[in-house]
Amino acid sequence: MKLKVNGKVWDVEAELDTPLLWVLRDGLQLRGTKFGCGKGLCGACTVHLDGRAVRSCQMTLAAVKDAEVKTIEGLSVDGSHPVQVAWRDHNVPQCGYCQSGQIMTAAAFLAENASPSEDQIDSAMSGNLCRCGTYPRIRAAVQQAAGEGEA
Amino acid sequence: MSIQKLSRRRFLQMTGMTGTGLLLTGALSADHALADVLDAPVGSRLNVFVSVGPDGSVEIIAHRSEMGTGIRTSLPQVVADEMEADWGQVKVIQGLANADYGSQNTDGSRSIRNFYQIMRQMGAAARTMLEQAAADTWAVPLEQCRAREHAVHHSDGRSLGFGDLAEQASKQAVPDLASLTFKSSADFRYIGQGLPIVDLHDMTTGAATYGVDVFLEGMLYASIERRPVLGATVEKYDEAAAMAQAGVKAVVKISGKTPTAFNPVEGVAVVATGTYAAMNARKVLNVSWSDSAHSDHNADSYLDELIKRVSESPGDTVRERGDVDAALAKAVTHVSAAYRTPYLAHASMEPPMATARVGENSCEIWACTQTPQTLQKEVAGALNLAAEQVIVHVTLLGGGFGRKSKPDYAVEAALLAREVGRPVQVVWTREDDIHHDYFHSCSAQYYEGSLDKEGKVSGWLARQATPPISSIFDPSVDQLGDGNMSMTFGSMPFAVPNLRMERHAAPAHTRIGWLRSVYNIPFAFGMGSFVDELAHAAGRDSRDFWLELIGEDRALNFAPEGFDFGNHGKSLEEYPYDTARLKNVIRELTDEIPWGEDLPENQGWGLAAARSFLSYVAVACKVEVRDGRLTVLEMHSAIDAGLIVNPDRVHSQMEGAMVFGLSLALMGEISFDEGEVQQSNFHDYPIARISQTPRVIRTHIIDSNELPTGVGEPGVPPVAPSITNAIFAATGARHRTLPLSKNLRV
Repeated sequence: MKLKVNGKVWDVEAELDTPLLWVLRDGLQLRGTKFGCGKGLCGACTVHLDGRAVRSCQMTLAAVKDAEVKTIEGLSVDGSHPVQVAWRDHNVPQCGYCQSGQIMTAAAFLAENASPSEDQIDSAMSGNLCRCGTYPRIRAAVQQAAGEGEA
Repeated sequence: MSIQKLSRRRFLQMTGMTGTGLLLTGALSADHALADVLDAPVGSRLNVFVSVGPDGSVEIIAHRSEMGTGIRTSLPQVVADEMEADWGQVKVIQGLANADYGSQNTDGSRSIRNFYQIMRQMGAAARTMLEQAAADTWAVPLEQCRAREHAVHHSDGRSLGFGDLAEQASKQAVPDLASLTFKSSADFRYIGQGLPIVDLHDMTTGAATYGVDVFLEGMLYASIERRPVLGATVEKYDEAAAMAQAGVKAVVKISGKTPTAFNPVEGVAVVATGTYAAMNARKVLNVSWSDSAHSDHNADSYLDELIKRVSESPGDTVRERGDVDAALAKAVTHVSAAYRTPYLAHASMEPPMATARVGENSCEIWACTQTPQTLQKEVAGALNLAAEQVIVHVTLLGGGFGRKSKPDYAVEAALLAREVGRPVQVVWTREDDIHHDYFHSCSAQYYEGSLDKEGKVSGWLARQATPPISSIFDPSVDQLGDGNMSMTFGSMPFAVPNLRMERHAAPAHTRIGWLRSVYNIPFAFGMGSFVDELAHAAGRDSRDFWLELIGEDRALNFAPEGFDFGNHGKSLEEYPYDTARLKNVIRELTDEIPWGEDLPENQGWGLAAARSFLSYVAVACKVEVRDGRLTVLEMHSAIDAGLIVNPDRVHSQMEGAMVFGLSLALMGEISFDEGEVQQSNFHDYPIARISQTPRVIRTHIIDSNELPTGVGEPGVPPVAPSITNAIFAATGARHRTLPLSKNLRV
């Protein structure tokens, strides 16, 4: 099937129940999308499907159909997306492993809600786990990116 | 980024996906295709840590592992400062496993305290060699040449850049350590500054390379079904069924060993052309396992048994002062309490991962490891190679917390790569990680205290039964030694006239291991809770009671009381246990918050403090308990870790430690039944989510010029008792069992 990822079209022949995560990581070598739990519980594998944040470990190739997939590598060409900038301004990452997923969730959320409340931020980000505990800075970074109004 | 159009054949070689039914055609970018770990300096080498290129780029080796502490930034930051390098021209090179660097064991919160001075020496030596190179070039005395801001300047105004001097400098003799001069702290450019971490851009663009991101040409992927119970062995399995699955190349049995130490556990590996293919095929292995001596292990009944043991019978004395029995007998008020803490799993966001390529007399490993030299030794042993025949590349670690100091997963990769004759990446699933961790030990503690007629504590008795980490090396060891009891049990700091600490046996029934702050977690919980219980019994404010109980300013010495205090490997002369510093973190912390404020019903503040990893930390939490639901509203901490290299990373470590402590206090529990771990993933082994994390999380760093001490771990121990003490203040209910989710909604 045709798979649209970060603006390119790929011909993929695979079992249709293959999770998108492994097509991206093992197949397309897009390893910025992380494997954390394999059960949709941690958010490390979050990508955008037509702009919506989804768990790529739970999204089969069949379910992707002709939707446009965007990964962290495609969020911006140079790391200049306002969410990425805010993440750096607040020195959010510790180990960094979950942050691709955190950033993808935040970017999709802010595209829908440009001026979220604190509760809305917590609610939107609560599906993404961070074992290092960077949550206070994630909150601050999301608020900053929201303040820029173009996320 | 170069885009390469690949032939179909070349593409299939690279992705190894011929048999999986997964085929892709299109252009793959070549720079994502290979392991991307920058670990080979190219400039002229000035010493084992520093090289300088002709373009002036300064390459500094980070020999410690980056698992989120910022150490890949903080130690090179010290070198750069001392050598007068411009941080913008520094490239951090991750060190391979190499004994020339000294210990690379990134554990015990000791990277800064053990290497701060060495990094300054490396920087000063490099600076001196650059200055000597300039002096030789100009034929002037060395005294007239001074390095400043990436160049060496002559007193007459001439200057040469570091790049111009690099090759000449590398030919200088390495100066004698005793001859080195050091910058004064007033001239520090980077030490004490919160420089952003060097991996920040990569981590926010998906370009950072973790253990699971390594890719080698021709690589296969392995997923391993491991024994469910410690000591169980494989009886039979359906190799044919697994081999019949798409993409499967091999099915390999891995034999466990006793003692388990850092060896792989018994299991059956499926090696396939893709991660998903390997994970899937594993499901049809249908492995039968033998019984083992641990098949009856049930964590709940075991903890019941340990609680009974510590509550009802005397153990072996490990430290004694005065006559505690007489003091308890004469008590005006007598208080006793037992505390119970469960097994915990590390659950780093990146499970253990390793990739190996094995040649005839060589092996190359890429792994997210905290202990590259241990890994090298273990892999060499498993393959019958000499250590120097094993090259170990250290990737970034997606969290470590002590799990990745055990290299069993890298040995698995090496054994499988040798067996199948191709590079192999071993991918642990989350379930593998939760089931086969080196678990933080469960613990049972019992305390008795007496108050005299003035309300002063006259006696303190403490007993613990806790399965020891040492059991992984020697299964007959069933008691903690003084070194492990130095983590806030035997080292209780209080000025009590009569005390005794006792230990009981607690045999291990699983692999026990270090987890961020180790035995300080249960013991700071027991000690910190019991102080609060005594304060309440005495009718005193908890903060005042802590300060009074710690007593006069003094340096503690445990030897006269029969306790061999470990002090994390450092002498008490160099790093005293200073009660003034412990009291100071409590005072400074409670000055930062409205301690003692009037609060609405069902809200309360709680406090606890501990010295661990040579640092002094106090934590205070404000909680609300309403209709059986606990909400932690605020968390505050104060840390005295001596001199601070990167204050932003100390803040981030303390923020993280508070969230880590919150997770374990509220929800952390691994249980066993019939020897098997009962949890499997984040739904039944939950860690704190952003929505459970208080909006207010603050850290106060004590300004100090004392020797630097630990930062990564010491924030954790006081968290749990500060929460339970706050719950008591809010409700009058004392919670002595963790996690709190057993009795409260969280």
